[in-house]
Amino acid sequence: MRDARGDVRRPIGLRLWLSGGWLALLTVAALCAPWLAPKDPLMQDLFLGRMPPFWMEGAEPGYLLGTDSLGRDVLSRILYGARLALIVALVAGTLTCVIGATLGLMAGYYRGWTDRVISRFVDIWMAFPPVLFAILLIAVLGPGLVSIIIAIVIIDWTRFARVIRAEAMSQGAMDYVASAQVAGRTRFGTMLTEILPNVLPTIIALLTLEMGIAVIVEAILSFVNLSISTDSPTWGGMIAEGRTSVHQAWWVLVFPLITLFLTVLSFSQLGEGLKDRFDPVLR
Amino acid sequence: MSGFLSIRNLTVHLRGGGPILRAVTMDVAPGQVHGLVGESGAGKSMIGKAVLGTLPRALEITGGEIWLDGVDLLALAPAARRKQIGATAALIPQDPLTALNPGKRIGPQITRRLVDILGWRKSDAEARARDLLDEVHIPDPVRVMRSYPHELSGGMRQRILIASAFAAEPRLIIADEPTTALDVTVQKQILRLISDMQTRHGTALLFVTHDLGVVSKVCDTLSVLYAGKVVENARMRRFFMRPIHPYSAALLAATPIYTDPDRGLTPVPQTVIDAVEREVEHHDVRAGA
Repeated sequence: MRDARGDVRRPIGLRLWLSGGWLALLTVAALCAPWLAPKDPLMQDLFLGRMPPFWMEGAEPGYLLGTDSLGRDVLSRILYGARLALIVALVAGTLTCVIGATLGLMAGYYRGWTDRVISRFVDIWMAFPPVLFAILLIAVLGPGLVSIIIAIVIIDWTRFARVIRAEAMSQGAMDYVASAQVAGRTRFGTMLTEILPNVLPTIIALLTLEMGIAVIVEAILSFVNLSISTDSPTWGGMIAEGRTSVHQAWWVLVFPLITLFLTVLSFSQLGEGLKDRFDPVLR
Repeated sequence: MSGFLSIRNLTVHLRGGGPILRAVTMDVAPGQVHGLVGESGAGKSMIGKAVLGTLPRALEITGGEIWLDGVDLLALAPAARRKQIGATAALIPQDPLTALNPGKRIGPQITRRLVDILGWRKSDAEARARDLLDEVHIPDPVRVMRSYPHELSGGMRQRILIASAFAAEPRLIIADEPTTALDVTVQKQILRLISDMQTRHGTALLFVTHDLGVVSKVCDTLSVLYAGKVVENARMRRFFMRPIHPYSAALLAATPIYTDPDRGLTPVPQTVIDAVEREVEHHDVRAGA
Protein backbone atom coordinates (compact mmCIF):
# COMPACT_ATOMS: atom_id res chain seq x y z
CA MET A 1 0.00 0.00 0.00
CA ARG A 2 3.04 2.17 0.27
CA ASP A 3 3.04 4.85 -2.37
CA ALA A 4 5.93 4.31 -4.75
CA ARG A 5 6.64 8.02 -5.03
CA GLY A 6 7.90 8.00 -1.48
CA ASP A 7 10.62 5.54 -2.35
CA VAL A 8 12.13 7.36 -5.27
CA ARG A 9 15.27 9.11 -4.16
CA ARG A 10 15.34 12.24 -6.20
CA PRO A 11 18.81 13.20 -7.37
CA ILE A 12 19.95 16.61 -6.18
CA GLY A 13 20.11 17.62 -9.80
CA LEU A 14 22.36 19.70 -11.97
CA ARG A 15 20.29 22.79 -11.33
CA LEU A 16 20.91 22.75 -7.59
CA TRP A 17 24.59 21.90 -8.02
CA LEU A 18 25.30 24.63 -10.54
CA SER A 19 23.37 27.40 -8.82
CA GLY A 20 24.54 26.40 -5.36
CA GLY A 21 28.12 26.12 -6.63
CA TRP A 22 28.12 29.55 -8.19
CA LEU A 23 26.71 31.16 -5.07
CA ALA A 24 29.18 29.33 -2.84
CA LEU A 25 32.01 30.51 -5.08
CA LEU A 26 30.72 34.05 -4.93
CA THR A 27 30.41 33.93 -1.14
CA VAL A 28 33.99 32.75 -0.79
CA ALA A 29 35.09 35.44 -3.24
CA ALA A 30 33.25 38.10 -1.26
CA LEU A 31 34.58 36.93 2.10
CA CYS A 32 38.17 36.62 0.89
CA ALA A 33 38.18 39.58 -1.49
CA PRO A 34 41.11 41.33 0.27
CA TRP A 35 43.28 38.25 -0.23
CA LEU A 36 41.95 37.04 -3.55
CA ALA A 37 41.85 40.32 -5.40
CA PRO A 38 45.06 40.75 -7.34
CA LYS A 39 44.94 44.55 -7.13
CA ASP A 40 43.49 47.31 -5.03
CA PRO A 41 40.03 47.84 -6.58
CA LEU A 42 40.32 51.61 -6.17
CA MET A 43 43.87 52.02 -7.41
CA GLN A 44 43.92 54.07 -10.58
CA ASP A 45 46.69 54.02 -13.12
CA LEU A 46 45.94 56.19 -16.09
CA PHE A 47 48.80 54.69 -18.09
CA LEU A 48 47.09 51.30 -17.89
CA GLY A 49 43.61 52.45 -18.93
CA ARG A 50 41.40 50.10 -20.96
CA MET A 51 43.79 47.16 -20.98
CA PRO A 52 42.07 44.09 -22.54
CA PRO A 53 41.60 40.76 -20.70
CA PHE A 54 44.46 38.29 -20.56
CA TRP A 55 43.82 36.29 -23.72
CA MET A 56 43.76 39.29 -26.00
CA GLU A 57 46.62 41.03 -27.63
CA GLY A 58 48.11 43.87 -25.65
CA ALA A 59 46.99 42.52 -22.25
CA GLU A 60 48.92 43.69 -19.21
CA PRO A 61 50.13 40.84 -16.98
CA GLY A 62 48.42 40.82 -13.58
CA TYR A 63 45.16 42.34 -14.90
CA LEU A 64 43.28 39.15 -15.73
CA LEU A 65 40.01 40.68 -16.89
CA GLY A 66 41.50 43.93 -18.10
CA THR A 67 41.14 47.43 -16.73
CA ASP A 68 38.59 50.20 -17.03
CA SER A 69 39.17 53.68 -18.40
CA LEU A 70 40.83 54.79 -15.16
CA GLY A 71 43.15 51.79 -15.14
CA ARG A 72 41.41 49.97 -12.27
CA ASP A 73 41.45 46.17 -12.28
CA VAL A 74 38.07 44.78 -13.42
CA LEU A 75 38.47 41.43 -11.63
CA SER A 76 39.29 43.04 -8.30
CA ARG A 77 36.37 45.39 -8.63
CA ILE A 78 34.00 42.50 -9.38
CA LEU A 79 35.25 40.64 -6.30
CA TYR A 80 34.76 43.65 -4.05
CA GLY A 81 31.42 44.35 -5.71
CA ALA A 82 30.30 40.85 -4.70
CA ARG A 83 30.59 41.88 -1.05
CA LEU A 84 28.06 44.62 -1.37
CA ALA A 85 25.78 42.54 -3.58
CA LEU A 86 25.74 39.66 -1.10
CA ILE A 87 25.28 41.83 1.96
CA VAL A 88 22.29 43.49 0.32
CA ALA A 89 20.94 40.13 -0.83
CA LEU A 90 21.24 38.57 2.60
CA VAL A 91 20.05 41.41 4.82
CA ALA A 92 17.39 42.88 2.56
CA GLY A 93 16.18 39.43 1.49
CA THR A 94 15.85 38.19 5.07
CA LEU A 95 14.15 41.30 6.38
CA THR A 96 11.71 41.36 3.49
CA CYS A 97 10.98 37.71 4.05
CA VAL A 98 10.38 38.00 7.77
CA ILE A 99 8.10 41.00 7.51
CA GLY A 100 6.18 39.85 4.43
CA ALA A 101 5.81 36.24 5.48
CA THR A 102 4.62 37.13 8.98
CA LEU A 103 1.93 39.45 7.66
CA GLY A 104 0.95 36.99 4.93
CA LEU A 105 0.70 34.10 7.36
CA MET A 106 -1.48 36.10 9.72
CA ALA A 107 -3.74 37.34 6.94
CA GLY A 108 -4.13 33.90 5.41
CA TYR A 109 -4.68 32.02 8.63
CA TYR A 110 -6.70 34.41 10.78
CA ARG A 111 -8.76 35.75 7.86
CA GLY A 112 -11.49 38.16 8.98
CA TRP A 113 -10.54 41.75 9.63
CA THR A 114 -6.83 40.93 10.02
CA ASP A 115 -6.87 39.71 6.44
CA ARG A 116 -8.90 42.64 5.22
CA VAL A 117 -6.55 45.22 6.72
CA ILE A 118 -3.37 43.51 5.52
CA SER A 119 -4.70 42.73 2.06
CA ARG A 120 -5.97 46.24 1.42
CA PHE A 121 -2.61 47.54 2.57
CA VAL A 122 -0.85 45.22 0.14
CA ASP A 123 -3.14 46.32 -2.70
CA ILE A 124 -2.45 49.97 -2.06
CA TRP A 125 1.26 49.31 -1.74
CA MET A 126 1.45 47.44 -5.02
CA ALA A 127 -0.12 50.32 -6.90
CA PHE A 128 3.18 52.23 -6.59
CA PRO A 129 5.60 51.61 -9.47
CA PRO A 130 8.44 49.80 -7.69
CA VAL A 131 11.58 51.27 -9.28
CA LEU A 132 10.28 54.81 -9.16
CA PHE A 133 9.28 54.24 -5.56
CA ALA A 134 12.79 53.00 -4.76
CA ILE A 135 14.45 55.99 -6.38
CA LEU A 136 12.13 58.30 -4.52
CA LEU A 137 12.90 56.55 -1.24
CA ILE A 138 16.63 56.80 -1.76
CA ALA A 139 16.29 60.43 -2.68
CA VAL A 140 14.53 61.01 0.65
CA LEU A 141 16.71 58.71 2.76
CA GLY A 142 19.96 59.71 1.10
CA PRO A 143 22.25 57.17 -0.59
CA GLY A 144 23.98 54.49 1.47
CA LEU A 145 23.83 50.79 2.26
CA VAL A 146 21.13 51.12 4.90
CA SER A 147 18.93 53.16 2.59
CA ILE A 148 19.18 50.56 -0.14
CA ILE A 149 18.18 47.81 2.25
CA ILE A 150 15.28 49.81 3.64
CA ALA A 151 14.12 50.65 0.13
CA ILE A 152 14.15 47.01 -0.94
CA VAL A 153 12.28 45.88 2.16
CA ILE A 154 9.66 48.57 1.80
CA ILE A 155 9.08 47.82 -1.86
CA ASP A 156 9.11 44.06 -1.83
CA TRP A 157 7.47 42.76 1.35
CA THR A 158 4.17 42.59 -0.52
CA ARG A 159 5.50 39.79 -2.71
CA PHE A 160 5.88 37.56 0.35
CA ALA A 161 2.67 38.72 1.96
CA ARG A 162 0.60 37.82 -1.08
CA VAL A 163 2.06 34.42 -1.81
CA ILE A 164 2.26 33.27 1.80
CA ARG A 165 -1.27 34.48 2.47
CA ALA A 166 -2.58 32.27 -0.33
CA GLU A 167 -0.57 29.29 0.91
CA ALA A 168 -1.68 29.77 4.50
CA MET A 169 -5.27 30.05 3.35
CA SER A 170 -5.21 26.78 1.45
CA GLN A 171 -3.43 24.98 4.29
CA GLY A 172 -5.74 26.53 6.87
CA ALA A 173 -8.79 25.07 5.17
CA MET A 174 -7.47 21.51 5.57
CA ASP A 175 -9.00 19.19 8.12
CA TYR A 176 -5.72 18.60 9.91
CA VAL A 177 -5.83 22.17 11.15
CA ALA A 178 -9.29 21.59 12.60
CA SER A 179 -8.01 18.37 14.19
CA ALA A 180 -5.17 20.22 15.85
CA GLN A 181 -7.61 22.72 17.27
CA VAL A 182 -9.95 20.06 18.55
CA ALA A 183 -6.92 18.55 20.25
CA GLY A 184 -6.64 21.71 22.30
CA ARG A 185 -4.17 23.86 20.38
CA THR A 186 -4.70 27.59 20.39
CA ARG A 187 -5.12 29.27 17.03
CA PHE A 188 -1.72 30.89 17.34
CA GLY A 189 -0.10 27.60 18.32
CA THR A 190 -1.74 25.84 15.39
CA MET A 191 -0.39 28.48 13.06
CA LEU A 192 3.15 28.00 14.28
CA THR A 193 3.22 24.21 14.55
CA GLU A 194 0.92 23.09 11.74
CA ILE A 195 0.81 25.81 9.08
CA LEU A 196 4.25 27.39 9.23
CA PRO A 197 6.23 24.18 8.61
CA ASN A 198 4.12 23.48 5.53
CA VAL A 199 4.56 26.91 4.01
CA LEU A 200 8.25 27.02 4.90
CA PRO A 201 9.39 25.51 1.57
CA THR A 202 7.53 28.27 -0.24
CA ILE A 203 9.04 30.86 2.05
CA ILE A 204 12.53 29.55 1.34
CA ALA A 205 11.95 29.49 -2.40
CA LEU A 206 10.67 33.06 -2.26
CA LEU A 207 13.54 34.10 -0.05
CA THR A 208 16.18 32.98 -2.53
CA LEU A 209 14.21 34.58 -5.34
CA GLU A 210 14.04 37.75 -3.30
CA MET A 211 17.80 37.70 -2.78
CA GLY A 212 18.21 37.69 -6.55
CA ILE A 213 15.81 40.59 -6.84
CA ALA A 214 17.67 42.47 -4.13
CA VAL A 215 20.88 42.08 -6.13
CA ILE A 216 19.16 43.48 -9.21
CA VAL A 217 17.62 46.40 -7.37
CA GLU A 218 20.98 47.24 -5.85
CA ALA A 219 22.55 47.11 -9.33
CA ILE A 220 19.80 49.33 -10.74
CA LEU A 221 20.31 51.88 -8.00
CA SER A 222 24.08 51.82 -8.49
CA PHE A 223 23.54 52.17 -12.22
CA VAL A 224 21.67 55.41 -11.70
CA ASN A 225 24.27 56.38 -9.12
CA LEU A 226 21.93 56.24 -6.15
CA SER A 227 23.70 53.45 -4.36
CA ILE A 228 26.49 53.86 -1.83
CA SER A 229 29.34 56.31 -2.40
CA THR A 230 30.87 56.11 -5.84
CA ASP A 231 34.33 55.03 -4.78
CA SER A 232 33.35 51.60 -3.46
CA PRO A 233 32.95 49.26 -6.41
CA THR A 234 29.49 47.95 -7.22
CA TRP A 235 28.40 45.82 -10.15
CA GLY A 236 25.74 48.32 -11.16
CA GLY A 237 28.25 51.15 -11.02
CA MET A 238 30.72 49.16 -13.14
CA ILE A 239 28.02 48.46 -15.71
CA ALA A 240 27.16 52.14 -15.84
CA GLU A 241 30.83 53.07 -16.38
CA GLY A 242 31.36 50.29 -18.90
CA ARG A 243 28.40 51.44 -20.93
CA THR A 244 30.12 54.69 -21.83
CA SER A 245 33.17 52.94 -23.25
CA VAL A 246 31.62 49.80 -24.65
CA HIS A 247 33.04 50.40 -28.14
CA GLN A 248 36.59 50.77 -26.92
CA ALA A 249 36.59 48.36 -23.97
CA TRP A 250 33.65 45.95 -23.97
CA TRP A 251 35.10 43.95 -21.05
CA VAL A 252 34.41 46.70 -18.54
CA LEU A 253 30.71 46.26 -19.28
CA VAL A 254 30.47 42.56 -20.05
CA PHE A 255 32.21 40.92 -17.08
CA PRO A 256 30.17 42.55 -14.32
CA LEU A 257 27.08 41.99 -16.43
CA ILE A 258 27.79 38.26 -16.71
CA THR A 259 28.49 38.04 -12.99
CA LEU A 260 25.25 39.81 -12.18
CA PHE A 261 23.30 37.64 -14.58
CA LEU A 262 24.72 34.39 -13.23
CA THR A 263 24.14 35.46 -9.64
CA VAL A 264 20.51 36.38 -10.12
CA LEU A 265 19.88 33.27 -12.19
CA SER A 266 21.50 31.12 -9.52
CA PHE A 267 19.36 32.59 -6.78
CA SER A 268 16.15 31.91 -8.65
CA GLN A 269 17.20 28.41 -9.73
CA LEU A 270 18.32 27.56 -6.20
CA GLY A 271 14.94 28.60 -4.87
CA GLU A 272 13.05 26.51 -7.40
CA GLY A 273 15.31 23.53 -6.87
CA LEU A 274 15.01 23.64 -3.08
CA LYS A 275 11.24 23.92 -3.27
CA ASP A 276 10.95 20.90 -5.55
CA ARG A 277 13.14 18.91 -3.29
CA PHE A 278 11.87 19.73 0.15
CA ASP A 279 8.23 20.63 -0.21
CA PRO A 280 6.24 17.91 1.59
CA VAL A 281 3.01 19.36 0.28
CA LEU A 282 4.06 18.81 -3.33
CA ARG A 283 4.84 15.17 -2.73
CA MET B 1 -30.45 17.62 30.18
CA SER B 2 -30.23 13.95 29.57
CA GLY B 3 -27.24 13.12 27.42
CA PHE B 4 -23.47 13.13 27.55
CA LEU B 5 -23.73 15.68 24.78
CA SER B 6 -26.86 17.78 25.00
CA ILE B 7 -27.54 20.46 22.50
CA ARG B 8 -30.31 22.86 23.46
CA ASN B 9 -31.84 25.35 21.01
CA LEU B 10 -28.52 25.86 19.26
CA THR B 11 -28.84 28.65 16.74
CA VAL B 12 -26.08 29.58 14.32
CA HIS B 13 -26.17 32.51 11.93
CA LEU B 14 -24.07 33.60 9.02
CA ARG B 15 -22.39 36.76 10.30
CA GLY B 16 -24.73 39.51 9.18
CA GLY B 17 -26.89 36.97 7.36
CA GLY B 18 -29.53 34.31 7.68
CA PRO B 19 -29.76 31.33 10.04
CA ILE B 20 -27.76 28.17 9.36
CA LEU B 21 -28.99 26.18 12.38
CA ARG B 22 -32.43 26.85 13.79
CA ALA B 23 -32.86 26.00 17.49
CA VAL B 24 -31.31 22.56 17.19
CA THR B 25 -31.99 20.30 20.14
CA MET B 26 -30.62 16.77 20.46
CA ASP B 27 -28.99 14.39 22.91
CA VAL B 28 -26.26 11.82 22.62
CA ALA B 29 -26.39 9.37 25.50
CA PRO B 30 -23.15 8.02 27.00
CA GLY B 31 -21.81 5.09 25.02
CA GLN B 32 -24.50 5.36 22.37
CA VAL B 33 -24.35 6.09 18.68
CA HIS B 34 -26.45 8.99 17.52
CA GLY B 35 -27.00 9.46 13.80
CA LEU B 36 -27.43 12.90 12.30
CA VAL B 37 -28.99 12.74 8.86
CA GLY B 38 -30.14 15.29 6.35
CA GLU B 39 -29.55 16.37 2.80
CA SER B 40 -26.44 18.19 1.69
CA GLY B 41 -26.52 21.70 3.05
CA ALA B 42 -28.93 20.90 5.87
CA GLY B 43 -26.28 21.91 8.40
CA LYS B 44 -25.25 18.46 9.65
CA SER B 45 -21.53 19.15 9.70
CA MET B 46 -22.06 22.56 11.25
CA ILE B 47 -23.54 20.96 14.36
CA GLY B 48 -20.37 18.90 14.79
CA LYS B 49 -18.23 21.94 14.15
CA ALA B 50 -20.18 24.05 16.61
CA VAL B 51 -19.64 21.42 19.30
CA LEU B 52 -15.92 21.15 18.60
CA GLY B 53 -15.43 24.88 18.28
CA THR B 54 -14.22 24.74 14.69
CA LEU B 55 -17.01 26.66 12.99
CA PRO B 56 -15.83 28.68 10.01
CA ARG B 57 -15.18 32.30 10.86
CA ALA B 58 -18.11 33.41 8.75
CA LEU B 59 -20.55 31.74 11.16
CA GLU B 60 -21.43 32.64 14.70
CA ILE B 61 -23.40 30.95 17.43
CA THR B 62 -26.26 33.25 18.31
CA GLY B 63 -28.11 31.25 20.89
CA GLY B 64 -28.59 28.02 22.76
CA GLU B 65 -26.47 25.75 24.92
CA ILE B 66 -24.07 22.90 24.25
CA TRP B 67 -23.65 20.70 27.31
CA LEU B 68 -20.69 18.37 27.15
CA ASP B 69 -20.17 16.11 30.14
CA GLY B 70 -22.24 18.38 32.34
CA VAL B 71 -20.56 21.63 31.32
CA ASP B 72 -22.10 24.28 29.09
CA LEU B 73 -19.34 24.89 26.52
CA LEU B 74 -20.77 28.18 25.40
CA ALA B 75 -20.58 29.57 28.91
CA LEU B 76 -16.85 28.86 29.16
CA ALA B 77 -13.98 31.17 28.29
CA PRO B 78 -12.19 30.14 25.06
CA ALA B 79 -9.17 28.59 26.81
CA ALA B 80 -11.30 26.57 29.23
CA ARG B 81 -13.59 25.51 26.39
CA ARG B 82 -10.64 24.24 24.32
CA LYS B 83 -9.43 22.29 27.29
CA GLN B 84 -12.82 20.76 28.00
CA ILE B 85 -13.27 19.78 24.35
CA GLY B 86 -9.73 18.48 24.03
CA ALA B 87 -10.12 16.30 27.11
CA THR B 88 -13.52 14.81 26.31
CA ALA B 89 -14.13 14.87 22.57
CA ALA B 90 -12.41 13.95 19.34
CA LEU B 91 -13.13 14.14 15.63
CA ILE B 92 -13.03 11.63 12.82
CA PRO B 93 -12.91 13.95 9.83
CA GLN B 94 -14.54 13.57 6.47
CA ASP B 95 -11.61 13.61 4.12
CA PRO B 96 -8.65 11.49 5.19
CA LEU B 97 -6.54 13.05 2.45
CA THR B 98 -6.47 16.47 4.05
CA ALA B 99 -6.88 15.48 7.67
CA LEU B 100 -3.27 14.55 8.28
CA ASN B 101 -0.58 17.17 8.15
CA PRO B 102 1.39 16.36 4.98
CA GLY B 103 4.62 17.66 6.49
CA LYS B 104 4.71 15.48 9.59
CA ARG B 105 5.21 11.81 10.24
CA ILE B 106 2.21 9.75 11.34
CA GLY B 107 3.54 8.88 14.81
CA PRO B 108 3.68 12.37 16.30
CA GLN B 109 0.32 13.20 14.79
CA ILE B 110 -1.29 10.41 16.80
CA THR B 111 0.62 11.02 20.01
CA ARG B 112 0.18 14.81 19.89
CA ARG B 113 -2.97 14.87 21.94
CA LEU B 114 -1.69 12.39 24.50
CA VAL B 115 1.45 14.36 25.12
CA ASP B 116 -0.06 17.86 24.82
CA ILE B 117 -3.28 17.51 26.73
CA LEU B 118 -2.97 14.48 28.94
CA GLY B 119 0.71 15.03 29.70
CA TRP B 120 1.80 11.49 28.89
CA ARG B 121 5.44 10.57 28.55
CA LYS B 122 6.50 10.34 24.93
CA SER B 123 7.47 6.67 25.10
CA ASP B 124 4.13 5.72 26.68
CA ALA B 125 2.26 7.68 24.05
CA GLU B 126 4.17 5.91 21.31
CA ALA B 127 3.46 2.48 22.76
CA ARG B 128 -0.20 3.44 22.97
CA ALA B 129 -0.19 4.60 19.35
CA ARG B 130 1.31 1.28 18.25
CA ASP B 131 -1.41 -0.65 20.09
CA LEU B 132 -4.10 1.50 18.55
CA LEU B 133 -2.76 1.06 15.02
CA ASP B 134 -2.75 -2.65 15.69
CA GLU B 135 -6.33 -2.39 16.84
CA VAL B 136 -7.39 -0.74 13.56
CA HIS B 137 -5.67 -3.54 11.66
CA ILE B 138 -2.74 -1.64 10.27
CA PRO B 139 0.11 -3.95 9.36
CA ASP B 140 3.57 -3.00 10.63
CA PRO B 141 2.56 -0.06 12.88
CA VAL B 142 6.17 0.82 13.64
CA ARG B 143 6.92 1.51 10.01
CA VAL B 144 3.64 3.33 9.45
CA MET B 145 4.35 5.66 12.36
CA ARG B 146 7.56 6.69 10.65
CA SER B 147 5.81 7.30 7.31
CA TYR B 148 4.51 10.53 5.90
CA PRO B 149 0.82 10.69 4.96
CA HIS B 150 1.54 10.75 1.22
CA GLU B 151 3.04 7.29 1.49
CA LEU B 152 -0.26 5.75 2.61
CA SER B 153 -3.55 5.03 0.87
CA GLY B 154 -6.83 6.77 1.70
CA GLY B 155 -8.20 3.75 3.56
CA MET B 156 -5.03 3.48 5.64
CA ARG B 157 -5.19 7.16 6.48
CA GLN B 158 -8.80 6.89 7.58
CA ARG B 159 -7.83 3.98 9.86
CA ILE B 160 -5.05 6.09 11.29
CA LEU B 161 -7.47 8.93 11.91
CA ILE B 162 -9.82 6.55 13.68
CA ALA B 163 -6.98 5.26 15.83
CA SER B 164 -5.97 8.81 16.51
CA ALA B 165 -9.50 9.83 17.53
CA PHE B 166 -9.66 6.99 20.06
CA ALA B 167 -6.13 7.60 21.33
CA ALA B 168 -6.97 9.74 24.34
CA GLU B 169 -10.03 7.65 25.23
CA PRO B 170 -12.42 10.53 24.60
CA ARG B 171 -15.96 9.97 25.79
CA LEU B 172 -17.45 11.52 22.69
CA ILE B 173 -16.36 11.17 19.10
CA ILE B 174 -17.85 13.14 16.29
CA ALA B 175 -17.56 11.34 12.97
CA ASP B 176 -18.23 13.77 10.14
CA GLU B 177 -19.23 11.63 7.15
CA PRO B 178 -16.19 9.45 7.75
CA THR B 179 -16.79 7.26 4.71
CA THR B 180 -17.89 9.63 1.95
CA ALA B 181 -14.38 10.27 0.64
CA LEU B 182 -13.53 6.59 0.43
CA ASP B 183 -14.35 4.04 -2.15
CA VAL B 184 -17.34 1.82 -1.68
CA THR B 185 -15.42 -1.36 -0.92
CA VAL B 186 -13.40 0.38 1.79
CA GLN B 187 -16.43 2.20 3.20
CA LYS B 188 -17.94 -0.94 4.61
CA GLN B 189 -14.74 -1.99 6.39
CA ILE B 190 -14.26 1.47 7.86
CA LEU B 191 -17.83 1.57 9.04
CA ARG B 192 -17.48 -1.78 10.75
CA LEU B 193 -14.21 -0.66 12.27
CA ILE B 194 -15.71 2.50 13.73
CA SER B 195 -18.62 0.53 15.07
CA ASP B 196 -16.35 -2.12 16.66
CA MET B 197 -14.06 0.46 18.19
CA GLN B 198 -17.05 2.36 19.56
CA THR B 199 -18.46 -0.76 21.19
CA ARG B 200 -15.12 -1.80 22.62
CA HIS B 201 -14.25 1.59 24.03
CA GLY B 202 -17.80 2.50 25.08
CA THR B 203 -17.50 5.92 23.50
CA ALA B 204 -20.49 8.07 22.64
CA LEU B 205 -20.55 8.70 18.92
CA LEU B 206 -22.23 11.44 16.94
CA PHE B 207 -22.38 10.05 13.44
CA VAL B 208 -22.97 12.64 10.73
CA THR B 209 -24.07 11.17 7.42
CA HIS B 210 -26.57 11.48 4.61
CA ASP B 211 -26.88 7.73 4.23
CA LEU B 212 -29.85 6.23 6.06
CA GLY B 213 -28.56 2.76 5.22
CA VAL B 214 -25.43 3.48 7.24
CA VAL B 215 -27.48 4.90 10.07
CA SER B 216 -29.62 1.78 10.27
CA LYS B 217 -26.49 -0.35 10.70
CA VAL B 218 -24.64 1.57 13.40
CA CYS B 219 -26.91 3.99 15.26
CA ASP B 220 -29.06 3.71 18.38
CA THR B 221 -30.83 7.04 18.01
CA LEU B 222 -31.01 9.67 15.32
CA SER B 223 -31.97 13.21 14.41
CA VAL B 224 -33.27 14.26 11.03
CA LEU B 225 -32.26 17.71 9.93
CA TYR B 226 -33.85 19.89 7.30
CA ALA B 227 -32.59 23.39 6.50
CA GLY B 228 -30.88 23.64 9.86
CA LYS B 229 -33.92 22.52 11.82
CA VAL B 230 -34.35 19.19 13.56
CA VAL B 231 -37.61 17.75 12.27
CA GLU B 232 -37.42 14.53 14.25
CA ASN B 233 -35.44 13.03 17.13
CA ALA B 234 -36.10 9.33 17.43
CA ARG B 235 -34.90 5.95 18.60
CA MET B 236 -33.70 3.81 15.75
CA ARG B 237 -36.30 1.01 15.75
CA ARG B 238 -39.21 3.31 16.13
CA PHE B 239 -37.93 5.57 13.37
CA PHE B 240 -37.62 2.82 10.80
CA MET B 241 -40.96 1.32 11.71
CA ARG B 242 -43.01 4.47 12.19
CA PRO B 243 -41.36 7.76 11.23
CA ILE B 244 -43.45 10.57 12.67
CA HIS B 245 -42.52 13.53 10.56
CA PRO B 246 -43.69 13.39 6.92
CA TYR B 247 -40.23 14.47 5.76
CA SER B 248 -38.65 11.55 7.64
CA ALA B 249 -41.14 9.20 6.08
CA ALA B 250 -40.41 10.55 2.61
CA LEU B 251 -36.66 10.34 3.22
CA LEU B 252 -37.05 6.75 4.32
CA ALA B 253 -39.13 5.93 1.27
CA ALA B 254 -36.43 7.50 -0.92
CA THR B 255 -33.70 5.22 0.43
CA PRO B 256 -32.82 2.40 -1.95
CA ILE B 257 -33.10 -1.08 -0.47
CA TYR B 258 -30.27 -3.30 -1.58
CA THR B 259 -32.20 -6.53 -1.10
CA ASP B 260 -34.92 -5.28 -3.41
CA PRO B 261 -33.13 -3.79 -6.40
CA ASP B 262 -36.23 -3.81 -8.60
CA ARG B 263 -38.01 -1.30 -6.44
CA GLY B 264 -37.75 2.10 -8.11
CA LEU B 265 -36.32 5.15 -6.34
CA THR B 266 -38.93 7.48 -4.90
CA PRO B 267 -37.82 11.08 -4.70
CA VAL B 268 -39.03 13.13 -1.73
CA PRO B 269 -42.37 14.54 -3.01
CA GLN B 270 -42.57 18.25 -3.63
CA THR B 271 -45.57 18.57 -1.32
CA VAL B 272 -43.51 17.25 1.59
CA ILE B 273 -40.65 19.63 0.79
CA ASP B 274 -43.11 22.54 0.64
CA ALA B 275 -44.56 21.50 3.97
CA VAL B 276 -41.14 21.39 5.66
CA GLU B 277 -40.21 24.72 4.09
CA ARG B 278 -43.37 26.21 5.57
CA GLU B 279 -42.55 24.72 8.92
CA VAL B 280 -39.05 26.26 8.78
CA GLU B 281 -40.49 29.65 7.77
CA HIS B 282 -43.01 29.45 10.54
CA HIS B 283 -40.19 28.73 12.97
CA ASP B 284 -38.27 31.78 11.73
CA VAL B 285 -41.34 33.98 12.13
CA ARG B 286 -41.82 32.80 15.69
CA ALA B 287 -38.16 33.22 16.49
CA GLY B 288 -38.18 36.69 14.97
CA ALA B 289 -41.24 37.80 16.95
